[in-house]
Amino acid sequence: MTSTTVARPTGGPLLQQFEYGLDAPICLTWELTYACNLECAHCLSSSGRRDPRELTTAQCEAVIDELQRMQVFYVNIGGGEPTIRPDFWHLLEYAVAHQVGVKFSTNGVRITADRAQFLTSTDYVDVQISLDGATAEVNDYVRGPGSFDTALRALRNLRDAGFKDAKISVVVTRQNVEQLDEFKALADEFGATLRLTRLRPSGRGADVWDELHPLPEQQRTLYNWLLAHGEDVLTGDSFFHLSGFGETLPGLNLCGAGRVVCLIDPIGDVYACPFAIHDNFLAGNVLRDNGFANVWRTSELFAELRSPQTGGACAQCEFFDSCRGGCMAAKFFTGLPLDGPDPECVQGYGESALAAERVRPDGGRDHSKTAPTRNQPVMLTLRRREDLQAPPMSACAENPLAGFVPDAP
Amino acid sequence: MSPAVSLRPESFGALAYHFGNRRLTFLKNPRLVAVVQGLAEQPDVGGALAAAQVPGTQWPVYLEALAGLADGDMIQPLDRDPADKGDAV
Repeated sequence: MTSTTVARPTGGPLLQQFEYGLDAPICLTWELTYACNLECAHCLSSSGRRDPRELTTAQCEAVIDELQRMQVFYVNIGGGEPTIRPDFWHLLEYAVAHQVGVKFSTNGVRITADRAQFLTSTDYVDVQISLDGATAEVNDYVRGPGSFDTALRALRNLRDAGFKDAKISVVVTRQNVEQLDEFKALADEFGATLRLTRLRPSGRGADVWDELHPLPEQQRTLYNWLLAHGEDVLTGDSFFHLSGFGETLPGLNLCGAGRVVCLIDPIGDVYACPFAIHDNFLAGNVLRDNGFANVWRTSELFAELRSPQTGGACAQCEFFDSCRGGCMAAKFFTGLPLDGPDPECVQGYGESALAAERVRPDGGRDHSKTAPTRNQPVMLTLRRREDLQAPPMSACAENPLAGFVPDAP
Repeated sequence: MSPAVSLRPESFGALAYHFGNRRLTFLKNPRLVAVVQGLAEQPDVGGALAAAQVPGTQWPVYLEALAGLADGDMIQPLDRDPADKGDAV
């Protein structure tokens, strides 16, 4: 990969400064383990089994020390399910004691009443409970049986312990996009803040993206809802592709990959963004390449992402300035060119691009469980064939009443 | 500057993060950063602006920026009641 370093302009809009990258990330995601009790159908990191090379406690502490030196003010911890790492609570306390605030995502399995009490008494900790349906039926369809109850129990424990402002984190799908008001009501009930993010075709998400991603008319529903509730709802700035509808949504309307965003995975690999766990977006490793700061500052991949990008086919479009061509990971994992339209382009260019010939890349790292467990979601719905009243009748049926359908009384 | 705030230098200026209200603010030029850092050593805001050599014509812009920072509790008066220190790091 070749890259030319382009001098950063002085002054100018802040967004332009972000395009050239910062000295340290603003939004750093750190996945602590690939192990998970659940097997969500759309898991962006294909989690399930622990990787034997995962960072040890001492190595994690060294990463936190480095984040403190770089003044990364907070880190988004995820997984896998981070809380099932035995040293999770220790690392959380260690980070907070070193001026690195922690926001962690969990399915709630370890948020017992005691832990909720502990979290309430710890400053600079945010808890994000993942929930992908406002009802058990919709949630468990993708996250697996019992996962709705687990999440709600965690939220109840947090509320009862007096934990302020937990987050309910929802990946918006075709099945739950009609439940946005119900999600909001649920968040209000638990004194929590709703956070909506975009479904990416990353990890196992690539396998189910075709049937889970919101339909074009649902994108409009979502956009209108976000405009109406903009300030009360967090989005991780993940819906900037919707800005092509006209009005810009609040937040950073820019792909931050490698510029202000990045991911450290459980084995210390550094990727440009949490949705791009693939060799093409691998910048280095915190153990092999002399620490995270060195990877962030000297990686060739990041230098390239921070150099001015061409809009490609999108540069002609009048909405290019608002959506900036959309999400790099969404394009990559659906096999679309990175300088073309987003697969969910609201101007409809994505659909034609998806219809054209394309080659989807391999899925990248896979830590999925090798054999399904009882937590595996079964993405089937049992329904009746409304057009049939009775089983088909055999041609050899001898019953004199065979095929007789009485008229309704 | 509020005791709960950390400044991180960046090539365009600095990032200010408030650990209490979790607010991230961008100080968009190095001179504003100098003003904010100088506040504690100067008797008043005017002193800090002068010490950072802000041209008189730009004072209103800087005062507006400082007011915005004060609203977000990024900066606060020095003589504030010590019992009301907010979340010190």
